[in-house]
Amino acid sequence: MDMRIVTIIFFDGVSYAATLFLLSLGLTVVFGVLRILNISHGGIYALGAYMGTGLALWVLDVGLPPAVTYLALFVGALIIGFSVGPVIERLLLRRIYGSDMHIQLLLTYSILLIMDDSMKLIWGMQPLFVSEPYALLGTFSVVGILYPWYDFVLIGVAVVFGGALAWLVRGTRFGKLVVSVINDREVSLAIGINVNLIFAVAFTVGALAAALGGALIAPKIAVVPQFALEVIVLAFAVIAIGGMGSIEGAALGAVIVSFARALAIHLAPELELVVIYLIMVVVLAFRPQGILGELELRRI
Amino acid sequence: MSLPTLPRALLVTSALLILLPLVVPGWIMFVMTKALFMFIAVLGVAVLLRGGLLTFGHALFYATGAYAAGFSVKWLGVQELLLLVPLGALSGMIMAALVGLIMARYREVFFAMLNLAFSMILFGALLKFYWFTGGTDGLAMGTATLLGTEFEGDSFGFYYFSLAIAGIVAFVVCRFMASPLGYFLRALYDNEIRIEYSGVAVRQIIYRTYILAGTLGGVSGVLAAFTIGHIVPEDAFWLQSGEFVFVALLGGFGGVPGPLMGAIAFELIQTYASKFFPLAWQMTLGIIMLIVILFQPGGLWAMYQKAERWLSRKGRDGEDA
Repeated sequence: MDMRIVTIIFFDGVSYAATLFLLSLGLTVVFGVLRILNISHGGIYALGAYMGTGLALWVLDVGLPPAVTYLALFVGALIIGFSVGPVIERLLLRRIYGSDMHIQLLLTYSILLIMDDSMKLIWGMQPLFVSEPYALLGTFSVVGILYPWYDFVLIGVAVVFGGALAWLVRGTRFGKLVVSVINDREVSLAIGINVNLIFAVAFTVGALAAALGGALIAPKIAVVPQFALEVIVLAFAVIAIGGMGSIEGAALGAVIVSFARALAIHLAPELELVVIYLIMVVVLAFRPQGILGELELRRI
Repeated sequence: MSLPTLPRALLVTSALLILLPLVVPGWIMFVMTKALFMFIAVLGVAVLLRGGLLTFGHALFYATGAYAAGFSVKWLGVQELLLLVPLGALSGMIMAALVGLIMARYREVFFAMLNLAFSMILFGALLKFYWFTGGTDGLAMGTATLLGTEFEGDSFGFYYFSLAIAGIVAFVVCRFMASPLGYFLRALYDNEIRIEYSGVAVRQIIYRTYILAGTLGGVSGVLAAFTIGHIVPEDAFWLQSGEFVFVALLGGFGGVPGPLMGAIAFELIQTYASKFFPLAWQMTLGIIMLIVILFQPGGLWAMYQKAERWLSRKGRDGEDA
């Protein structure tokens, strides 16, 4: 294997890992706190992508300078995160916290179906594409291959956002409350923690992370209908490998999946998808809780 | 469901399903044929749900059956349903026997995720090894034969064949649920640790149930392949698995009637919704599911039972007066 291919695989791996981390961060946070595998996460991600792209296109349409599109992507993500997140949590999820897992999964699955069609109705069936935020930063060249600087924005945001969340959980009083709720809901309630508030905040943070990830990835790809359905299963693989509910686990899972995929694409393209889920099976077979996950005690 | 009422309900249902083609237009029969293979697959998902096991990867077996039939048609030129349906059952069974070795150790969300992973491996392989599987184009199935007679996927003959298979499957599942294994399975849902402490091998129960569910998935896949006439990698995609779980919860997974009601309702909703709101049929399904989950978690079957109880109470009140 010559240096050229190694370099390509390395850069592909790193930039895609950032994308995957931003995709799965919110999912792992929501699972960690609420213990609900939120299938509608993919829908929020796609909504963020659509909203960000829509706003960016609007900014260009009105004639504002192209640099404002960055702000547009960010604002789009905030709008989706702060509107969709609390609404879903308050109106729907709160009714099924005590229910069986299949009820919880089916509920979030139904929300995903509704979101997916809403996006088709609002933004149409045509792919939506805004290239300015991506093209504006230009490219640099490594061993004769052009790489966009925008990938560094993604990596930067992934590191900052992931770090901020990890600090929130580890280093603040609020984080201690969250950990307490994760470990025992009833006891937390009994000692006076507002569990409902923590759930609402955690779900909104998860929604924000999803919307932000979607909005930032949008300039790299064309946003198409059904996008939501394809990304969610990838996010499942990432957090299952790294450990469901763990922020560091999502980062590790993202790196593993991304490098496996980059290797497969360049060496054995047929295995691009298979290898991701093969890793997932192997990890689950030997460590069901994921590489960095913690095993929940069996309660009698 | 109490036993004495079962034969009557069974008679009425079979009579309705057998006589249906005489009264309804042809296109509804196609929808009904689709509902029948859906019913068979969903029955597998429902049996697992009875044990508290949710799978988000049952399309693995569905696609295994469908592609087993597809490859036989492509390379061996075999179109005979009496060979292909057992082949689908066998391929689903073998797949479940292999995958189940790992799966029997898992519960809850890990069970769902591991199933998902296996089905996505198959999806990835079907998609990317296109010289072998036809890739995104899929495989054309051609016309099935039964003892040499040709049957189109939308013909009456094929409907009756599917109905016969569905009847056999329903009988097998009823027997299974009435067997000691079936009772342990239900007890598993209530309290697994207690089952273990009473000396029963929980993994054995799950393994056998899983094989039954996988076999049903394989059978369903073969029927689906010929009904639709075409198989694609999306048959193994997680959305297909999601649909199975969706139908199981829509109908209610308490017994055999729930999945049947769910499958028929699902196919009708899908047909009408995609006709009247082509861009929003998934949304229609989602909204109906939300209503079911929030107001009637037992599904359509529970709704029907409630209505029946209410009617019989009303009838009695009338006699008293």
